[in-house]
Amino acid sequence: MYPILKKEKLADKIYLMDVKAERVAKSAKPGQFVIVKMDEKGERIPLTICDYDAGAGIITIVFQTVGASTERMANLEAGDSFQDFVGPLGCASDLVEDDLEEVKKKKILFVAGGVGTAPVYPQVKWLHEHGVDCDVIMGSRTKDLLFFEDKMREVATNLYVTTDDGSYGFHGMGTDQLKALYEQGVRYDHCVAIGPMIMMKFVCKLTKELGIKTIVSMNPIMVDGTGMCGACRLVVGDEVKFACVDGPEFDGHLVDFDQAMKRQLQYKTEEGRAMLALTEGDTHHGGCGHCGGDK
Amino acid sequence: MDPMVRVPVREQDAAERAANFEEVCLGYNEQEAMEEASRCLNCKNAQCVKGCPVSINIPAFIQQVKEGNFEEAYQIISESSALPAVCGRVCPQETQCEGKCIRGIKGEPVAIGKLERFVADWAREHNIKPKKAEAGNGHKVAVIGSGPAGLTCAGDLAKLGYDVTIFEALHEAGGVLIYGIPEFRLPKSKVVAAEVENVKSLGVKIETNVVIGKAVTIDELMEQEGFEAVFIGSGAGLPRFMGIPGEQAMGVFSANEFLTRNNLMKAFEEGYDTPIKAGRKVIVVGGGNVAMDAARTAKRLGAEVHVVYRRGEEELPARKEEVHHAKEEGIIFDLLQNPVEILVDENGAAKGCKIIKMELGEPDESGRRSPKEVPGSEYIMDADTIVMSLGTSPNPLISSTTKGLDINRRKCIVAEEETGATSKAGVYAGGDAVTGAATVILAMGAGKAAAKGIHEYLSGK
Repeated sequence: MYPILKKEKLADKIYLMDVKAERVAKSAKPGQFVIVKMDEKGERIPLTICDYDAGAGIITIVFQTVGASTERMANLEAGDSFQDFVGPLGCASDLVEDDLEEVKKKKILFVAGGVGTAPVYPQVKWLHEHGVDCDVIMGSRTKDLLFFEDKMREVATNLYVTTDDGSYGFHGMGTDQLKALYEQGVRYDHCVAIGPMIMMKFVCKLTKELGIKTIVSMNPIMVDGTGMCGACRLVVGDEVKFACVDGPEFDGHLVDFDQAMKRQLQYKTEEGRAMLALTEGDTHHGGCGHCGGDK
Repeated sequence: MDPMVRVPVREQDAAERAANFEEVCLGYNEQEAMEEASRCLNCKNAQCVKGCPVSINIPAFIQQVKEGNFEEAYQIISESSALPAVCGRVCPQETQCEGKCIRGIKGEPVAIGKLERFVADWAREHNIKPKKAEAGNGHKVAVIGSGPAGLTCAGDLAKLGYDVTIFEALHEAGGVLIYGIPEFRLPKSKVVAAEVENVKSLGVKIETNVVIGKAVTIDELMEQEGFEAVFIGSGAGLPRFMGIPGEQAMGVFSANEFLTRNNLMKAFEEGYDTPIKAGRKVIVVGGGNVAMDAARTAKRLGAEVHVVYRRGEEELPARKEEVHHAKEEGIIFDLLQNPVEILVDENGAAKGCKIIKMELGEPDESGRRSPKEVPGSEYIMDADTIVMSLGTSPNPLISSTTKGLDINRRKCIVAEEETGATSKAGVYAGGDAVTGAATVILAMGAGKAAAKGIHEYLSGK
């Protein structure tokens, strides 16, 4: 069992948890992920590592409730435990593996969208601790969904906060902020974009035009996370890659986002059905298209 | 009774079982087992033992069954096998022990597999455990993977007094016995969990959720955690795909994913969160045991199921019994056919396959007649789900993170057959990680050989 030491609600539907997992914490690096499973009947859910403390044996995860399983997970409290917690999985970010002197020469920008702020944070923190400057654009739909602003400000060289509805910071999306920076003459030669697939797709479209190499972190459907099932396969350039072992980070200009987004929908109906059953309980009779209650 | 004919084994009715996940074969009762055991000729120079990869003393245990001494029979099997309830169910006995049985020359061979299963089930029901080592020898050995190779190696070493820890990447121990082979062939909580418990009762520790090569490397286990030897039984986990257009569409799965969702994650059972989709019509591509498992699982989820295989009936690599069961359950075999393209609808979901007919040409260097496409014979088969069951290859996670561990061109770990020794001192390997995808019992044989190899290595130190 893997005890939850701390739980915090960061924003609407977004939660942070500190989990005791010594083996994972000992070897975790920025860019890697874990798979958690609440209990006997729970799904295996992949989550990018948000922070880690090897000495204390703690991994920090951040997740957004998107379906029945994550909704159930949000009900866990400090003192409860995950039945299973495995990792670190996937490859560490190139920025932490590459030669530090080379990395220092780059002008680096992170673009974080929504809950993608969580996996961006450990990378920026690691670079900051190793004397590498980098700028961060973090955006969300609206002010209430923003989190980690103060933490990020501590480690980012320049932080640009955006909201789609203009309720806080720059009014617009991350791409709009990047365009504005370019108009002001700011230039980057390496970008890391993490967030919803649609957001990463549009960041990549823009950075391709601007000629900035861009890395994205893919979070497709997974089961085992060790290369066994192939559920997470995606097309990168001309090759089929498994996000769990070849990724999760890939060259964003080579990723086929349209196909990846379609594959995300694989279980949408099932997830929706499970959600309805969860929220409506025994009173659920129809509407999901599966239970037959409409007839 | 006719001594040439074996005592028939009771099975669940085909029409009934095609709609449930209960075990197909019901096994012998005491009466039937003793009757079947009496057919054994108790050969002095027993050929059956030579056909067994773990060399169970088959005539000796069968004699005990004949006398009704089931506990003695169990202890005889346990000397050689850590997983008799599993082997009695999934071993290809027809090509091993039973294939060599003298009874089989004129009549039907003795049902050795069914007798082994009976003895193991009887022991479990009567709470009989294998005998534990009297004292530990203080040497620490790590075993990577809790599948058939790892459990066997760990069990044998524990019996010799070693302090053994198994590291398992998934959340449940058992490897392919848990994620691969379905419930209706190998019940999970009743049989697999019980056999794992037996191995634990020998003193073996199992640490789940540890991915070796990621959380900790073999070098770290040996240098920092005090393990003097390591056995790698990590299996062949990476699925192959065909590389045809449309393969990334929704509704196209590897057999590994389809079976893992169903078996490990129990998607078929009410109340479990993991989803599985079969749809109305399923095409399973491939003809091995895994393809049969996937097809029969899809059938139980309510689909019409077609097995599409590029060679003919004779060439099907699956066990005859599995093919027979699949046909009884209503699975349709489309042989000498091969998909060339997966057709995808406007939402990105698979809607069918373009399939080409095949014919068998001259035998190739492997001796098998190689299939050739029949030009112009393509046709379309509709399907909601396509399951690719084309075999697997070893996972590079361990070989790529262990210094001095040699692999061959197929990415399999190079190990000596007799001892399991690899190119790295103190590191042994066996099972699918060495051979590529094979059977449960061959993996167990390799685990056994490696246990002996490790014992000799550590005794000589």
